[in-house]
Amino acid sequence: MTQTATTAARANRAIAWCLLVFLVAPALVAIPVSFTSENYLSLPWDGLSLQYYREVFTSPDWISSFFQSTLIGVTSAAIATLIGTLAAVGLWRLASPWGEVVRGIMLLPLVIPPIIAAMAFYRLYVPLGLIDSYTGLILAHAVLAAPLVLITVSASLAGFDRRLEQASRNLGASATQTLWRVIIPCIRPGVVSGAVFAFIASWDEIVVTLFLSKFSVYTLPRRMWNGIRENTDPAVAAAAVILLAVTFAAFLIWGIAQRRARKPKSDTT
Amino acid sequence: MTRTARFNPGWYLVAPLLVLVAVMFAGPLANILWLSFTDPEPGLTNYAALIEKDSLRRLVWTTVHICLITTALSVILGYSIAYAMANVAEVARQRMMLFILISFWISVLVRTFSWMMLLGRKGLVNNGLIELGLISEPIPFVRNELGVLIGMVHYMIPYAVLPILVAMLGIDGRVLQASRNLGASPAQTFWRVYLPLTKPGIIAGALLVFILSLGFYVTPAIMGGGKVLMIAEYISVQVLITLKWGTAAMLAMLMLGSVLGLLYVLSRFMKLSEALGGGRT
Repeated sequence: MTQTATTAARANRAIAWCLLVFLVAPALVAIPVSFTSENYLSLPWDGLSLQYYREVFTSPDWISSFFQSTLIGVTSAAIATLIGTLAAVGLWRLASPWGEVVRGIMLLPLVIPPIIAAMAFYRLYVPLGLIDSYTGLILAHAVLAAPLVLITVSASLAGFDRRLEQASRNLGASATQTLWRVIIPCIRPGVVSGAVFAFIASWDEIVVTLFLSKFSVYTLPRRMWNGIRENTDPAVAAAAVILLAVTFAAFLIWGIAQRRARKPKSDTT
Repeated sequence: MTRTARFNPGWYLVAPLLVLVAVMFAGPLANILWLSFTDPEPGLTNYAALIEKDSLRRLVWTTVHICLITTALSVILGYSIAYAMANVAEVARQRMMLFILISFWISVLVRTFSWMMLLGRKGLVNNGLIELGLISEPIPFVRNELGVLIGMVHYMIPYAVLPILVAMLGIDGRVLQASRNLGASPAQTFWRVYLPLTKPGIIAGALLVFILSLGFYVTPAIMGGGKVLMIAEYISVQVLITLKWGTAAMLAMLMLGSVLGLLYVLSRFMKLSEALGGGRT
């Protein structure tokens, strides 16, 4: 059947590979640039230098942003994972039309453009005095990321055998025990994927952060944003590489969780 | 499973997220809707300005126009990738999928920054071309519509690929064989049989890209360099700098209404959780 791979199809395959490289390669240009020895954005033709990494790692501003992003990312991911997982299990238990309506509502944060979410949070936070606070940004990131957890955990639950739950209950375990000792361990790959998604969603987030942070809360993307607009400081390239490295680490963790999920024959992607 | 209990305890588990979403979104969005009709004065002034004011008309037109071009280019290029992916061996397909996934994962800020490094006035491409003596003046790639389009299409292609790929993988190979056996050329088979069969995927991909483009902020703001103003950036200026909440609220409601309307259409072509689960917005 596929013997009809015509010249056109072969040409298209070549084009597709070029496009795939085009999708990834330009975004990685920060890596060589971050090692430049010049004092402007350039490729390191005349020798490698770590000066911009030194600058980033010794500047109190960049270090503080790095820790703030980590703190906000970890905390908001923890909250998102907890409430997202609970919601997914709850909806799975309900298995009712009303539950599906509620699921639609809870997925809304994913489809509302970030700029509108930013506006909504801003509107809510000004009277509450939560602008420029850790609490405010963590809550905002948590509510944006929780639907991602809801999706990944629901996918895992779709492959979970309901009889295991019944067996656990019949053997005398309480509903809470069953949740923590039987259901959660079985859907762990979905929970881990969700947690990783949630962390990265916060780690990268810029639009909502632009609205909610001013001086005291200044995440890594927020500081990069300034650098991009002011232009041409290679230190921003070094910061971008650090941001990418963390994203890449998260990608690996996610990949491992996916592979684990696939092993016990239920395919959850 | 159906016990007689009226109240299913599952609701307790759902409650925290539901309450959080309601508090963080429903309340403030209702407030913004209210503002769009009442600030600075009650009535339809803000919405009328959409028709009366040249600047707003131009703003909406720029946004729609850029979103349409982005959608068309992303779908065409995405179709090429999806076609190649649908017609290679499993191993090669997974390798290609890895590229798509990596591009999903790379932060939009890092991508935009990278494009600025490459295409800026003193960027790597212009510097390289000048050193090679090919050009004497830098080519204006960014801070214009071209820059916005490059950045947006680059970001959106993967979102177009996935729904199209799903449609292609669902095609029964025997249909194509039948077309060939009945005497159609490979080109005819493609245009008359294959392409129409992938139409639901194309529509879903196009809608998804258009929806995401409508609210896109980061790339147009940076790569447009203030020269190409789209609705999202305009809203942020109104809220954070000129404090004109009425106009901002009206535009936000216009955007939200369009997004929800298009999502409804999209939901008829594919499961929304599938559309959104693949990547991150």
